[in-house]
Amino acid sequence: MEQFAALYRSKDRQPIRYLVVDDSVFARKNLTKMVESFGGKVAGEAGDGCTAITEYDRVLPDIVLMDITMPQMEGIEAADRIIRQHPEARVVMVSSVGYQENIVAALQKGARHFVQKPVKPEVLYEVIKYVLGEDGVAAAAATAGEK
Amino acid sequence: MRMELIQPFINAADAVLAETLHSPAKMGDVSMEQEAYRRKGVAAIVTINGDIEGRIIFDLDPETAVKVATHLAGSPVAQSEETVGETVCELANLVIGNAITTLNDQGFRFKIQPPALHSAEQGLSGSEDTEALVMCFDTPSGSIFMNIAMRYHRRRRAERAQLPV
Repeated sequence: MEQFAALYRSKDRQPIRYLVVDDSVFARKNLTKMVESFGGKVAGEAGDGCTAITEYDRVLPDIVLMDITMPQMEGIEAADRIIRQHPEARVVMVSSVGYQENIVAALQKGARHFVQKPVKPEVLYEVIKYVLGEDGVAAAAATAGEK
Repeated sequence: MRMELIQPFINAADAVLAETLHSPAKMGDVSMEQEAYRRKGVAAIVTINGDIEGRIIFDLDPETAVKVATHLAGSPVAQSEETVGETVCELANLVIGNAITTLNDQGFRFKIQPPALHSAEQGLSGSEDTEALVMCFDTPSGSIFMNIAMRYHRRRRAERAQLPV
């Protein structure tokens, strides 16, 4: 896998904590591998929207990677509920179903971005950097800042 | 079954298989089947509801499924492992999700259910409305089959027929 400059939280230089939500164990493993290659840490996982909401409350992650098509509760509804409770939540939708209507619906509910599957690590990395904004810092920049 | 419904699946399979398996996939045999579907190995089924209704089965013989799972996992996977089924489901999700995206952007409105492992040896035959199209994609890991049986929703089909061409 490609090498990426590790991303940290600006406030405390700790690894970015992720909640990975996908009904496919395979997809969760794949996303976990990617975020670990970005220097991040998976703080929680969920296989459906309902579990995602309780897991969010439990782990309070920096970023949520949320699938759309899932059993019980779909990702857009789960994102909506999380964001209503936690307006600061940074939810990135990650789905193979990326038609315009879905993307618009997710963004209207407060999702910060959309990444279409199959996920390219370099695309996800850039999206995460963008979504973190000033709250995230890449390793090289962090080192430079400390000098 | 109309080509406008099929082409997005061919394009999506081409793109997704090339991307995930890191090698271009070649389209092999294409056939229509009205016979009951007979599973070849590890299969995932995705149900579609909306303007178009039906189901798509993504099917890999056991050896191919293990090779694909091993390739995607980046380490050896045994045939008995759950990972094999998971991989086939996710591959189906990627291909079908991308095709559905194109069709929705073309104005069709429908949703897909999450993929499920299809374990019955036989069943889900086509009918006069849902004759199944079977496509084979040749990849370095082996052949991957996609069995598509879809039809326009009756009421929506009538509404569509009234639209000016």
